[in-house]
Amino acid sequence: MSELLKNIIRYVLFILIQVFILSRMPALHRFVTPYLYYLFILWLPFSLSRMSLTFIGFVFGLTLDYFLKTPGLHAAACTLIAYVRPFVIGMLISQEGADKNYIAPSFVSMGWAPYGTYVLVLTVLHHSYLVLLEWMNFGSFMYFIGKVVASTAVSLLLVLLTEVLFYRKQKFRTNTI
Amino acid sequence: MRNVFLFIRRHFNFLFFLVLQIISLSFLFRYNKSHEAAFLSVSTEVTGRLDEKYNNIEYYFQLKKTNEALVQENLRLHQQLVENFEAPDSNKRLFRDTIRVDSVRKWLLMEAKVVNNTIALPSNYLTIHRGFRQGVRPNMGVAGPQGIVGSVINVSENFAVVMSVLHPHFAVVAALKKGGENGTVFWDGISPSFISMRNISRSANVEVGDTVITSQVTSLFPARILVGTVAEIVPDNTSNFYNLKLRPATNFSNIEYAYVLDNLQLEEQKRLEDSTRKKVQ
Repeated sequence: MSELLKNIIRYVLFILIQVFILSRMPALHRFVTPYLYYLFILWLPFSLSRMSLTFIGFVFGLTLDYFLKTPGLHAAACTLIAYVRPFVIGMLISQEGADKNYIAPSFVSMGWAPYGTYVLVLTVLHHSYLVLLEWMNFGSFMYFIGKVVASTAVSLLLVLLTEVLFYRKQKFRTNTI
Repeated sequence: MRNVFLFIRRHFNFLFFLVLQIISLSFLFRYNKSHEAAFLSVSTEVTGRLDEKYNNIEYYFQLKKTNEALVQENLRLHQQLVENFEAPDSNKRLFRDTIRVDSVRKWLLMEAKVVNNTIALPSNYLTIHRGFRQGVRPNMGVAGPQGIVGSVINVSENFAVVMSVLHPHFAVVAALKKGGENGTVFWDGISPSFISMRNISRSANVEVGDTVITSQVTSLFPARILVGTVAEIVPDNTSNFYNLKLRPATNFSNIEYAYVLDNLQLEEQKRLEDSTRKKVQ
């Protein structure tokens, strides 16, 4: 399957799962909002240019927004993590140039610790920005801190489960053009 | 001039990012203020169709509960029928029509299927399968078989988005059934199983378990529709009022049908009030 087709299918699936399963689950607590959809942006290929990455992030977030009736909220957060992603990868990736030899970020291509840090940093960034925008509307400082921490924990758990359940095979490509 | 172009070329990615951020934030702030956004009614039409497909499946799992709610509502209406009441004096028989002859219709009810419904988010909405073509307009009230549900904020051709009672911007004037004191019902965003009511004066005789119904003065709902029951009374020490914690009458987690309430006299009332305001000024 081509990389483009794979990502289009992922796009649709992540939106549907977020809208029809995760946002409909009865909440454990008001601080816990399970978010998984942004994993789509973390899984995008290395080869995308920064501009197209930012744009994909924006469109992806806006799609979710129109489903959840919050125009702009998730789009802003997704644009942010899509823009920051290349910097984080550049900082974390090892010297051998995994971004040339592998297609997309994963445990295999980046290694456990760098990939874990990569997911953690972008998750915290995404959630803080999202909750900050919500917080401007209503809520208190405790709401902000509590929600960022609790949602990050739940999101990381979901990301880990997804990574284990849907293990992505990554081929090592030596002769890349 | 050359430097400007050079600057744009060098920082193109960052500027592009800023532009997208500004677009999304302007979307968000405009929506928070007026519940309007670009392409919203088109997108409601598309997401509404998807929601409907999903709801077609999900509906089967709610059939029992929906049926129960409808039976309860039927029972309540049947209890009010004339046949259930008997005058002790059998010589005189007075037939009381349910509608007086000189009355004018104020409320028109339209049934609607709920196709999408959230309760766990910080601001919750419902999507109903009845839109502009079927007579739904923004700012109409929506009630379910059990009690009030919300108000319409956005309408597309065949679907409408309803701001649920569980939304921080929703507020409606309600009254205690026993004493008739008015207060404002709103949601504090903490738990979907409780809503709040403020501005109930301390002189009011209120107890836990009392019923709260919609007030005459709201233009969103007919009077005497169930809002909820009092679950906790919190005296507000800084003012002379009680804050009440209510258990909402509507079970938002499994609502499948709702009634859109069209206030036919609203326009006339608004016109009169506006012209009065102009006269006074």
